[in-house]
Amino acid sequence: MSTESHHESGAGISGDGPVQADNEANRRARRILFGCATITVLTTLAIFFVLIDNAASYFFGAKLTEMLMGASPEQTVTFTEFFTGTRWAPDHATPAHGAIPIIFGTLAITVGAAFVSIPIGTATAIYLSEYAPDSVRSKLKPTLEILAGIPTIVYGYFAIAFINPVLVAPIASALFGINMGRYSLLSGMLVVGIMTIPMVSSISEDAMSAVPDELRNGAYALGATKFNVSTRIVLPASISGVFASYILAVSRAIGETMAVTLAAGFTANLTANPFGEIMTMTAYMVKMARGTTAVGTVEYQSLFAVGLLLFVMTLTMNLLNDWFKRRFQEEYR
Amino acid sequence: MSTDTDTDLFSDVDLSWEHLKNRLFLGVIFAASMFGVVMLALLLFDVATDFYVGLTEYNISLVDFFTRDGSRREELSGFRGAIVASIMLMVLVTILSFFVGVGTAIYLEEYAPDNRITRLIEANLANLAGVPSIVYGLLGLAAFVNGIGMGPILLAGAIALALLVMPIIIVSAQEAIRSVPDGVRNGSYATGATKWQTVRRVVLPAAIPGIMTGTILALARAIGETAPLIMVGAIFINRMPYGPFDRFSAMPTTIYNWANEPSQHFIHLAAVGIVVLLAFLFVMNGVAMYIRHKYETEV
Repeated sequence: MSTESHHESGAGISGDGPVQADNEANRRARRILFGCATITVLTTLAIFFVLIDNAASYFFGAKLTEMLMGASPEQTVTFTEFFTGTRWAPDHATPAHGAIPIIFGTLAITVGAAFVSIPIGTATAIYLSEYAPDSVRSKLKPTLEILAGIPTIVYGYFAIAFINPVLVAPIASALFGINMGRYSLLSGMLVVGIMTIPMVSSISEDAMSAVPDELRNGAYALGATKFNVSTRIVLPASISGVFASYILAVSRAIGETMAVTLAAGFTANLTANPFGEIMTMTAYMVKMARGTTAVGTVEYQSLFAVGLLLFVMTLTMNLLNDWFKRRFQEEYR
Repeated sequence: MSTDTDTDLFSDVDLSWEHLKNRLFLGVIFAASMFGVVMLALLLFDVATDFYVGLTEYNISLVDFFTRDGSRREELSGFRGAIVASIMLMVLVTILSFFVGVGTAIYLEEYAPDNRITRLIEANLANLAGVPSIVYGLLGLAAFVNGIGMGPILLAGAIALALLVMPIIIVSAQEAIRSVPDGVRNGSYATGATKWQTVRRVVLPAAIPGIMTGTILALARAIGETAPLIMVGAIFINRMPYGPFDRFSAMPTTIYNWANEPSQHFIHLAAVGIVVLLAFLFVMNGVAMYIRHKYETEV
C-alpha cells in the first residue's frame, strides 16, 4: 500500500479498495506499455508489407492485396531482366528494367568508401586505444563524434561545392585531361568514406579497449613494442568486433542517400571511370521522387522494387553485424 | 657456450629496427587519425567561406533570408518557410515518438518477461536502427501519402521521421532507466507500491534527464534528415506551411534543392541555409550536454 496513492484516492488506511485500484492501474499501465512496444514490430511489418506489396505490382502487374482479391498476376518485368539487364530506364519512352547499373553504382560507392573508411578508421581506433595520451584522446574522440553528427545533406554540399570542383576535377584535368561535370564516382566514394570513418573508429576502439590488459602485459613482458602488441595481440583479439564495425560502415554506405546523390549524380552509367557520373539505387529513388511520377505507374512501383532490394541488402549486413558482435561478446565473457 | 647461443638468439631481433617500426607505425596511424579532423575542418571552412562569400559577393541579406520564403528566383529566396516547417516537424515528431518510445523503454526494462516475444522486440529494435532512412520515406509514401490518402503533407513527413528516430529514443531511454539503481526501486516496493507506482514516482523522475538528453539528440538527428522528406514529397514547395496538413519543404530539403541548382547564387544560399541548420544542431546538442552535465552527478 503506497501512502501516496492513499492521498490521491482519499481512502482510509485499511480496506482493499485502493489496493485493488492500484493493482488495476498497474495492469492497465502494463497493457498500454506493451502496446507501445508492439509499434516498433508493426513498423517493421509495415515496411516489409509496403515494399513487397508494391514490388509485386512492379513484377507481376498486380499488388499482393489485389491478387488476393482475385486479380491474376501477369509478368510485366521478369526477374531475369531486373537482375541481369544492363540498361536501367523505367521512366524512359522505351523503358528498360535492368537494375545492374544502379546495383553496380551502389556497390562501387560502397567498395570505394570502404577503401577510405576501413584503413583510416582502423588506424584511428588503434591510435585512440593503444597510443594516444589522455589529453589527445579527450579531444580527438569528441571531434570524431562531431563528424558523425553532421547531417548527410551537409556532406552532400561538401561534395558538390568542394570535393568535386576543388579536389577531384583538377586532378582529372591535370593528370588525365578529362573535363569533368558536376558529379563523379570518385567524389561519391570519398565523401561516403569520410562519413563512415567515425563509425569504424568508435566501434573498433570499443572492441580494442575491451581486450583485457593481461594479454597486453604478457606481450610487453616478453619485450614486445607497442607496434607488436597493437598488431599481433590487440587487433587479432578484437577482430570480430572490428569486423562488426566494418559491416556497419558498409551497411551505412549502401543506404546512404543525400551525399551520394549530390556527389555522384543521376545518370545510370555502367562505368568504373572514377571521374564519370553514376547513379546509385538510392539516387534513383530521389530522382523519381523529384519528378512527377503518377501513383500506380511502373515507374512508381519500380521505387519499391529497388527499395526492397536495398532493404534486403542492408538487412543482410545488419544480421551479419549482429553475428560478429555476439561472437566478440562471447570471447570475453 | 650458452652465452654464444644467447647472442645468436638475440641477434635475430634488430632492436633499433623494432623501435623504428614502432615509431613509423605511430606516425602513420597518427596521420590517419588526423585525416578525419582535417576533413571536418575543411568541411566547416568550406561552409564558412561560402557563407561569407554569399553574404558579401552575392548580397544575400540575412534579414531577407529569415523573413522571406523560398522562391524560384534566387535573389528573392529566403529560408523562413523552411525554418517554420522544420520547427513544426520537430514538435510533431516529439509528440509522436516521445511517449511511445519512452513507453516501450519502460515496458522492456521494467515489465517485460524474459521470453520469446521480448527477445523478438529487442532484436527488431536493433534491426530497425540499421534500416536506411530512405526506406522510412518509402513507408511514408506508400502507407500515409498514398495509402490512406494524406497527400504530401507535413504530418506524413513527421510520421516518417518519428518512426525513424523511435529506435534511438527507445535505446537511450532504456539506458537512462537501467542506470537508476535497483536499491531505489526496492525501497519503493518495500513500502508496498505497485510496479506502475514505482515507475511513475521513483524510476521516471530519476531517469528523466537521461531520457531528455537522448530525445534531444534523436531530434537533432531528425532535423537534418533529408531523404525521408524527399520521398514523401517535401520538395519544390516555397511557401510557409500553415499547419500539419499543409504541404511543406523543411530546412534540409530546401538546402538540397538549392545545392542542386547550377546557379552559384543558389549554391551560396545553400551554404547560408547550412549555417542555420548547423546552428540549430549546435544549440540542440548544447542543451543535451547541459542537461547531461547538470544531472550527471545527482543520480
